Amino acid sequence: MGRAVSCSAHLHLTAPFAWLTGRNAGVNILPVGTKRGDTPMSVRFLLDGEVIALDEVDPTGTVLEMLRMRLRRTGTKEGCAEGDCGACTVLLGELQGDEILWRAVNSCILFLPMLDGKALLTVESLGGGHPVQQQMVAHHGSQCGFCTPGIVMSLYGRAIGALGAEQSVADILAGNLCRCTGYGPILAAGEAVGRTPRDDSATVAALRALQAPSTELQFQDGLEGRERRAFIPRSADELAVLYTRHPQARLVAGATDVGLWVTKQQRVLDDLIFIGDIPDLRLIEETPEGVRLGACVRYTEAQAVLTNLHPALGELVRRIGGAQVRNTGTLGGNIANGSPIGDTPPALIALEAALTLRQGGNRRQMALEDFFIAYGKQDRQPGEFVESIFIPRPRETALIAISKLSKRFDSDISAVCGAINLQVEAGHIRVARIAFGGMAATPKRARAAEAALTGAAFNEAALDQAAALLAEDFAPLTDVRGSSAYRLAVAGNLLRRVWAEQQGEVMSVLELAHG
Amino acid sequence: MADHDIQTLNAVSRPLPHDSARAHVAGRALYTDDMPEAAGMLHGAFGLSNEAHAKILSLDLSAVRAAPGVVAVFSAADIPGRNDVSPFAGDDRLFAEGEVIYHGQAVFLVVATSYQAARRAAKLGRIDYEKLPPLLSIEDALAAESVIEPVQTMGRGDVTADLAAAPRLVKGRLEIGGQDHFYLEGQIAIATPQEEGQVHVLSSTQHPSEVQHIVARVLGLADAEVTVEVRRMGGGFGGKETQASLFATAASLAAVRTGQQVKIRADRDDDMVITGKRHEFTAVYEVGFDETGKVQAISITLASRCGCTADLSYSINDRAMFHADNCYFYPSVNIHSHRAKTNTVSATAFRGFGGPQGMIVAERVMDHIAHDLGLDPLLVRQRNLYGPGRDMTPYAMQVTDNIAPEIIEELVERSDYAARRAAVADWNKTHRIIKKGMSLTPVKFGISFTTTHLNQGGALVNLYTDGSILLNHGGTEMGQGLMIKVAQVVADVFAVPVETVRISSTRTDKVPNTSATAASSGTDLNGMAAFNAADTIRQRLVAFAARHFGVTEAQVRFTPAGVQAGVELISFGQLCQLAYLNRVSLSSTGFYATPDIHYDRKTHTGRPFYYFAYGAAVAEVAVDTLTGEHKVLAVDILHDVGKSLNPAIDLGQIEGGFIQGMGWLTTEELVFDESGRLLTHAPSTYKIPTASDRPARMNIALWAQGRNMEPTIHRSKAVGEPPFMLANAVFCALTQAVAAAVPEAGFPALDAPATPERILAAINGLKSRHG
Repeated sequence: MGRAVSCSAHLHLTAPFAWLTGRNAGVNILPVGTKRGDTPMSVRFLLDGEVIALDEVDPTGTVLEMLRMRLRRTGTKEGCAEGDCGACTVLLGELQGDEILWRAVNSCILFLPMLDGKALLTVESLGGGHPVQQQMVAHHGSQCGFCTPGIVMSLYGRAIGALGAEQSVADILAGNLCRCTGYGPILAAGEAVGRTPRDDSATVAALRALQAPSTELQFQDGLEGRERRAFIPRSADELAVLYTRHPQARLVAGATDVGLWVTKQQRVLDDLIFIGDIPDLRLIEETPEGVRLGACVRYTEAQAVLTNLHPALGELVRRIGGAQVRNTGTLGGNIANGSPIGDTPPALIALEAALTLRQGGNRRQMALEDFFIAYGKQDRQPGEFVESIFIPRPRETALIAISKLSKRFDSDISAVCGAINLQVEAGHIRVARIAFGGMAATPKRARAAEAALTGAAFNEAALDQAAALLAEDFAPLTDVRGSSAYRLAVAGNLLRRVWAEQQGEVMSVLELAHG
Repeated sequence: MADHDIQTLNAVSRPLPHDSARAHVAGRALYTDDMPEAAGMLHGAFGLSNEAHAKILSLDLSAVRAAPGVVAVFSAADIPGRNDVSPFAGDDRLFAEGEVIYHGQAVFLVVATSYQAARRAAKLGRIDYEKLPPLLSIEDALAAESVIEPVQTMGRGDVTADLAAAPRLVKGRLEIGGQDHFYLEGQIAIATPQEEGQVHVLSSTQHPSEVQHIVARVLGLADAEVTVEVRRMGGGFGGKETQASLFATAASLAAVRTGQQVKIRADRDDDMVITGKRHEFTAVYEVGFDETGKVQAISITLASRCGCTADLSYSINDRAMFHADNCYFYPSVNIHSHRAKTNTVSATAFRGFGGPQGMIVAERVMDHIAHDLGLDPLLVRQRNLYGPGRDMTPYAMQVTDNIAPEIIEELVERSDYAARRAAVADWNKTHRIIKKGMSLTPVKFGISFTTTHLNQGGALVNLYTDGSILLNHGGTEMGQGLMIKVAQVVADVFAVPVETVRISSTRTDKVPNTSATAASSGTDLNGMAAFNAADTIRQRLVAFAARHFGVTEAQVRFTPAGVQAGVELISFGQLCQLAYLNRVSLSSTGFYATPDIHYDRKTHTGRPFYYFAYGAAVAEVAVDTLTGEHKVLAVDILHDVGKSLNPAIDLGQIEGGFIQGMGWLTTEELVFDESGRLLTHAPSTYKIPTASDRPARMNIALWAQGRNMEPTIHRSKAVGEPPFMLANAVFCALTQAVAAAVPEAGFPALDAPATPERILAAINGLKSRHG
């Protein structure tokens, strides 16, 4: 019987393998005020007033892994390693003028280079006596306790005015799953905590010192036996040059999808360019004509202006992922990723959004729907990236309906996402733009239905007829989120409901629940 | 036996927070993965089967061995003892041997210097299969006569004749989906080799004794050479009753062989693919009744997907049969239960243990009768409740503690049922698209392991000379608050603050031969065992204090102010110190065996349950008839926990159980593909309820009159599982709303889970029948 114990050589770890064992390898604690130039090849961040410099950084190593394995901060838990349960929630702080913008994020799919120059707060940072923690105890908000640190961090973020703090407690917690309590005590604890602003002045000063020009990290991957690189450009111009030079590199903004390639598919990603913090890709311009969003504007940051464009668009954004995903994922990522089930593309297509793509110094514009060529294929040249998205302001008279259908309302992926934009004048439909996600290999317009509606009288029969024509536009797949038949039937019903809604019917079970 | 009506001193019945609450919120509560690790600890990962059913022609692990960081690889040939991690049937392999019987079955284990290295290497195994046809569905398995045991039957009367004689008859069918436990902490074990081949295992398990026995069996060790320890789990729900053994055993094998500590922590997706889930069921029923809706005869045929091995499926399917009556008297009844053996992961324990699947059938039947007669379903339910002269269950146990009628009556009042039902009807008259439904359903859940010998508990209580108390018992903490409840019981024995009682890990070397913390029995068994241990010490202390202070035993009293012995008042710590100096033992074991229960599985008759726990819920829902989306608008719950040991903990169990049950019946859908592969293996595709799914209006009350008729610990009742089934009200309310979408079209064929797609299908089914 062949006992399989062997390879004892691997127990003698040589330097390139040292990181394999984790424990504190390559972790340096430096004095606050340390300048970036002192440790050019490390990722440096602020944790509870200390500057931590990580050497030998795997560009796709996760913050969770680092906290638990390298720093032995075990309060932050791994529940799913895909950003869907929130047990790993931490707060990430970045300089924004004279303040720190804090965001609750999922550390399980946050790559280490994304920490560079930022401040991190974990459950251990709170001590134990913060009002959020007191209220969680007082309301019996923990049972098994495993999700609790993540929930505490989400509620703490709300208490200190982190990104999205104006949202309801339930929205803040949509991405924090709890299997024990049924949520009532947690929601009550969240409601019971008022605002407890932080004094971030020391953090601001320390982070200023940590800010750095563009960075390149090299990592000798012991498992793969090759070097992998990460680039962190600081402006769109730098990105344009860098990406032209390294068109094979993968762009990473929020990593809410790419993170799973690593944690779930165990893909080894070679060169990465981290673009999520590039200031000129995070601009939001609101004009009478519409809204222009830089590609790296995070969902939460876009929610207010998109709500201004149309409330249904804001509601769609509210239902994307959990708060941690909305605080990290970007609109540009949702588009450039090319997924057929991305939530925003159908709505943006129906609203006539246009993209600005950039390659080196060249820019070109295109209608969003033209960007999606086929499954996994977009109209994007090597070295070209999405720079911004422009969404024209809909006419006041436009009839706009945006519906996301999923098994669970919050933090789920669409079975069908439908967006309908009708311009009705004098009882007739002048223009119809209808787009669906989840119905084809790309987010796609319903051309036959649009054609039937254009010029038609606005009535139930016209919408019935358009609904029937969806079978010409789409042949949806059957998968875990819904059958082909359901998708087709319900897409048709989304058209029919536009009419019913105009007749003043109560249309939303969500509204009933809140009323 | 102590009088468990005794008015408690300070701890029992108080709504104290969970003993670990402060540690939970601070991130200081340690779970298995948080424990300090030995230098050189290795990480293990399983290589899994990619086939649901196949012969293994060859297993080439050379690439796995050669991968960076890999230290050792183990497969079936490396097992020194028996390749058997099953609870009793002998059919669960640690590593597949000769064949694979489900997609995701462990075939080999790789241990490496890091978690990543192990996971990457585990994908490099080359397994050559000869595919065999898999049996995946209940129907296919039953057609092929693939079962884990023959059909089981319980009941009485000439059902065929009684059905024929009944004035009215309806037939129906219901499909009931399975459920993943989705404990937030996945399966994990850390094994540390000890001297002479012994092993210590930290395991996230509800059943340390069984893990101990299985590790010993597989490694060829004596039970006494294996110690299993668990401080707390990050959720269990039945999923860590038998399922932890695989991980603990593999880690132990690797630890003993490599001489290094080995951790196996399953990634979420691996956990969901590898481990068992709630049984999926189909049910068909035929019920005869009179014009008032009273059942005269009923025939119910249940069939479940047990998966590839027996696991606990005998008892789970038995419990489905035990609860197919719920609170209702069936004068003439037969219940058949088919147990299909399929090439899917072996289905296992999950909160309710088959009870929910049986009970939802009873509720479906009540709704169907009411629909047939055009009656309020509540009226039909009330008319069929157990009552005087109508108190014999299908398994010939007399229901002697029936409080369902009173609970329902009170809940009807509290929830304003009548007015709200009228309002729902009005709404449905005036709204075309959004339809509402409302339902009240009761719960009667039998408490005890139906395998009688499991109903025993053990404890070890140590007092130290400073008056501090260390509490050990066989129960495990998975969030349900068992530890604080038992600590409250022990604190009251000595009239000390509950903080005096230090709660410790559950360890097989402290309290041996324990039963799983399961079947809602944790507090009943361990609370009483700990009481008995503490009471033994107390009696010693009383006798000693009487001697020492020259008073009668009746003059020795434990009070919150200290121990009173005649006119002397000393602190509890002083008494312990004195007792020690006078050579009085301050440590005792305690034991408890539930009395009066027995069951004959051959005839399916007896008294399997010591008592029943009761409750009822009202749910009001709204359904979007264009999309099938729904929302639970309001829920009212009244639940019986006897005399509560800790109302806060009990309310938490009720709300948590309800929401978990609601998830089972609505959003949680397990999807397997045609090759038997689980497609919903992560929270991105498998949707448990999130915060906003909790109904905005949710009123939960404990039944104030609650008192266990049986002398359980302080007359409390078990609470872990029963509230799960309160969520049946949601499913029944959805059925009502669907029926309202197409009036006069018949009774809707809504199956569970009621996803938007199923709801829309049920509506469209009515429309096609109608039109």
